[in-house]
Amino acid sequence: MGKCNNVMNPDLKKKLLFNMLRIRLVEEAIAERYSEKKMRCPVHLCIGQEAIAIGVCAHLSTKDYVMSAHRSHGHYLAKGGDLKAMLAEIYGKVTGCSLGRGGSMHLVDLDAGFLGATPIVGGTIPIAVGAAFGSQMKGESRISVVFMGEAATEEGVFSESINFASLKKLPVIFVCENNLYSVYSPLSVRQSAERNNSAIVKGYGIYTDKGDGNDVIEIYQKMENAVGHARQGLGPAYLEFDTYRWREHCGPNYDNNIGYRSEEEYLDWRKRCPITCFEEILKQEKVLSDLEVKETVKKITAEIEGAFNFAVSSPFPPEKDLYHHLYAY
Amino acid sequence: MEREISYVKAILEATAQSMAEDASVYIMGLGVPDPKGIFGTTLGLKEQFGNQRIMDMPVSESAMTGVAIGSAMVGMRPILTHQRLDFILVSLDQIINNAAKWHYMFGGKMSVPIVIRLIVGRGWGQGPQHSQSLQSLFAHIPGLKVVMPFTPYDAKGLLVSAIRDNNPVIYIEHRWLHNITGIVPEKIYTVPLGKARVVKEGKDITIAASSYMVLESMKAADYLGKDGIFAEVLDLRTLQPLDRESIINSVEKTGRLLVVDGACHTAGFAAEVMATATEKAFGHLKVSPQRITYPDLPTPTSPALANVYYPRVINIINAVRSMFRLPGRTEDELGIKHDQPLDVPDKSFTGPF
Ligand SMILES: Cc1ncc(C[n+]2csc(CCOP(=O)(O)OP(=O)(O)O)c2C)c(N)n1
Ligand SMILES: [Mg+2]
Repeated sequence: MGKCNNVMNPDLKKKLLFNMLRIRLVEEAIAERYSEKKMRCPVHLCIGQEAIAIGVCAHLSTKDYVMSAHRSHGHYLAKGGDLKAMLAEIYGKVTGCSLGRGGSMHLVDLDAGFLGATPIVGGTIPIAVGAAFGSQMKGESRISVVFMGEAATEEGVFSESINFASLKKLPVIFVCENNLYSVYSPLSVRQSAERNNSAIVKGYGIYTDKGDGNDVIEIYQKMENAVGHARQGLGPAYLEFDTYRWREHCGPNYDNNIGYRSEEEYLDWRKRCPITCFEEILKQEKVLSDLEVKETVKKITAEIEGAFNFAVSSPFPPEKDLYHHLYAY
Repeated sequence: MEREISYVKAILEATAQSMAEDASVYIMGLGVPDPKGIFGTTLGLKEQFGNQRIMDMPVSESAMTGVAIGSAMVGMRPILTHQRLDFILVSLDQIINNAAKWHYMFGGKMSVPIVIRLIVGRGWGQGPQHSQSLQSLFAHIPGLKVVMPFTPYDAKGLLVSAIRDNNPVIYIEHRWLHNITGIVPEKIYTVPLGKARVVKEGKDITIAASSYMVLESMKAADYLGKDGIFAEVLDLRTLQPLDRESIINSVEKTGRLLVVDGACHTAGFAAEVMATATEKAFGHLKVSPQRITYPDLPTPTSPALANVYYPRVINIINAVRSMFRLPGRTEDELGIKHDQPLDVPDKSFTGPF
């Protein structure tokens, strides 16, 4: 931190902070209520990683497309996805964004330009490239962004996708969240220590940049450059940000005790909380007061409460709907 | 005293004993050496065999399948694991174009002794991409063998056979069988590939099933017995090569066949079993064979839909009853209770099997 740009508009900074906070509070509310066993599907929480979603999506309009993978709540919300529909989806309700057919791992909100998230690692990368390809063919000025974990760069489809994106100079931005782990497997058992993603991707002729994934301003600025590049028709960009998942890979709890990573490592990253660190900076800069934070938390909490009530009180999909939407008409 | 262990432990033991007897056996897959050890099936192996033979891997299933195949061609015996069956789909080219055909297309000069363990992740909203049952797809590919053990005894014996076999074997585990228990000898032993087993004898109807659906069929057979219908439950165990003789023998005895296959309906494996009976035992059939499958749909996540998606005991009972021209019955009438919500395994019927 500390690289915080003082010329940046204070209102924008506050917006970034509060948007991160909103994701955090939603995820914590899910974690808190998960043990009620009413959300009967796997959930991959993004607590600790909120800055990337917010810093990236701040540059996108609803016209632009975003896709994601299994850990997608933050991306969906940052892109403007409907909170009520997301929670209802996790509750398996008919009012959910996928009518209850998908659950947490299959979020979508077309009004917000969120084209979908699916949990087969790497699966949405070429699809986002395809969305950019379609936009280019149609002469539209949208860009597509795909969020992925660092493990997705190990899939063959990643290489194939960036190759094609580069070949056609597509307006697509690959945003890699490097949180050091794939489930319980550290990078060291998956990638050589010499591997350098930026160099690899650059080798395909693609604009690359990387940075601190817990510093929303840095992310915001790097994305600004990447978006400028893509919007000018100069081709794809690849951004990689270092960050850390606080809770277990899948589910609401902490799992530092099971032996794949250390409590110290976790505590170290916790000190670098993207939200509290940024909040401190804004307070030091005197653009933010405790009262404002308190009021915002209150407002967000009320919104979340309302969205949970909506989800809980919504009906389940009726049995007769089981066969709907297998084929399009 | 005979020893009772879980399905998970049976897989673990088969792996450990196979590795101890054959230094060319190694196991590789995402999370194999991690603290959860593929639902416990690989726990402790890295301490025993070291991290060269007990391997994590990059999230690169397609390439790693090819790597496993290549190593098998030159003398290794890899076991590749996927925590969900669905993840194998990104590597189908290597499996179908290479592993399955290598021996044949090069005139028998090389073979590909590889086992691919797949786990079907039913329940708790696993949904469209984490709970698929694609046994029919694999059984359709000449050159692959496909096993779907139901009991812990078979889980061990079939895994040992699969590892020793000189061909690619797709070994499908259903997550809801992992915690069932059964009698499993401590010593290493094999269960032959390609042999079905009668798990319950009966004279009135053959219920042919595999994997988790055998358990549901056995429960159904118990209820049917109370109403005087004695069903023979045939556990297919191996889908490819299919033990057609056992199907024919049983149908010749009972004159009726219901196939229960935990997979989608159209072009599914149930049809193959029914075709076997109609082709080879037509004269013995008193009614046309019937099948119970999943609907032709992706698995929905919402429990409200998943609960109607998956057939269960009552559906098997009523399918059988209709084959006897008897009216259907309800779960209430039969006293079928669920001690758990339907999207998690029933704890009242976990063995020993
Ligand atoms: C093709 C495929 N292989 C394996 C999995 C199992 N899996 C689910 S999430 C995950 C971890 C992916 O790690 P990463 O992409 O870094 O994302 P993170 O969970 O760290 O956010 C894995 C391996 C999967 N979903 N799809
Ligand atoms: Mg990761």
